[in-house]
Amino acid sequence: MQETLKVSVWRGDGEGGAFQDFRVPAQANQTVLDVVTHIQRELDPTLAYRFACRVGMCGSCAMVVNGRARWTCRTHVRKVVQDGRLELRPLANLPVIRDLATDMAPFFDKWARAKGTFQPKDSADGAVPEEFHVVPPSSAKRQAADAGIECIGCGVCYASCDIVAWNGAYLGPAALNRAWTLVNDVRDGARRDRLDAVAGDAGCHACHSTQSCTERCPKGIDPSGAIAGLKRTLFWGMFGLDR
Amino acid sequence: MRIDTRPRSHPTYIAFLVHRISGLLLALFLPLHFWALSRAIQGEAALENFLRWTDNGLVKASETLLVILLAAHLAGGLRVLALEFLGWRSSQKTLVAASAGVSLAAGLLFLLNVG
Amino acid sequence: MSARGQQHLWVAQRVTAMILGVAVVVHLVTILVAVRGGLSAAEIIGRVSGNEAWLMFYAVFALAAGLHGAIGLRGIAAEWLGWRGRRFDLAWLAIGLLTAAFGIRAAAGLYAA
Repeated sequence: MQETLKVSVWRGDGEGGAFQDFRVPAQANQTVLDVVTHIQRELDPTLAYRFACRVGMCGSCAMVVNGRARWTCRTHVRKVVQDGRLELRPLANLPVIRDLATDMAPFFDKWARAKGTFQPKDSADGAVPEEFHVVPPSSAKRQAADAGIECIGCGVCYASCDIVAWNGAYLGPAALNRAWTLVNDVRDGARRDRLDAVAGDAGCHACHSTQSCTERCPKGIDPSGAIAGLKRTLFWGMFGLDR
Repeated sequence: MRIDTRPRSHPTYIAFLVHRISGLLLALFLPLHFWALSRAIQGEAALENFLRWTDNGLVKASETLLVILLAAHLAGGLRVLALEFLGWRSSQKTLVAASAGVSLAAGLLFLLNVG
Repeated sequence: MSARGQQHLWVAQRVTAMILGVAVVVHLVTILVAVRGGLSAAEIIGRVSGNEAWLMFYAVFALAAGLHGAIGLRGIAAEWLGWRGRRFDLAWLAIGLLTAAFGIRAAAGLYAA
């Protein structure tokens, strides 16, 4: 007889909801996303969830699996299953649209608020820069920027951060990590504005270094370290120093 | 509300919790501590009277707990300062372990000496 | 409070933390030495009374601890109780300074005893 997984899936919307149990055939090689897809295709076509690439590139399939936020496409069931059980919830700290799909708008709005877009120094009007910046890959600033540049915006860190849960205005790990990569980008011209945008109780100074973001990031990025970098840069900046 | 411990079991989260709870208790204790010391304004006898009142098991146990809390908060604070001002990263787990060790050692020393 | 003001509170928290980092080590060592053979008022007063160095140490210690504690409580109250805003900020600042003043008063009492 084939083994089955007992899967509890959160069903509901912004108003509330409850867990619904499904039984899904266990396979030798099976990701959590495979399980969700099986439920929707074979058991209940009304289940709402989100995915696109299935290979850890797009960052759209993150959910809370057995209590921890993860990419479901890159999480093998055998790595997370407990006593044959899976518990699936939508990402925490974000409004639920329906079932396992959350509204990511507040998450990306905060990227904008942290001034997460590159502002070319020499060509504000889109013209060709007067001179090209030479950026040695081995320079300290470029390495600090490179350390956080691979973020794909999946929201796992944001859903894992208790400070976001306790302080609704807090920009969160991903937006602040993005700001830190740009603060270290010597080609960027909006450094001052960006540092102003990430200061204070809604910004980097709210972080308590629980390091849940660093612990959970599927890309191995260290947003907690990036936030500490912002604090350090703002601190020394008060004395006119660039550190 | 039930708190889900599954996503909150990593060492650095525990370090944060210990730092927060110890800080909270120490901040609440501080005015009490200053009030006790201010007995000295009424003279040595007043302070001595107060100290003799503290010679009971319950107060001694609380004092030991406070010393451990202070040492733990100090160690946790050094962790935060190292992360924020020195940019320490990889050794974070070692830091947490060292913090726990230092506070335990201080508590034990206090216990050994207090008798 | 402006983001700049909030940053200044954070700076005050960290600067007092650095002071406390040194002061607490001194304090812990003093405690461990002082409790040997039991605490007595004569022993504490004998050490601090008329000694400017200890008075200065305890005055700085009390100021740093009072402010550090109040700023810490402000953060906890904001996150766990939702106490936010200018009026709470002013209240915490007052509590911090009051606690510090209370501690300095006690240190002065020991110095004068």
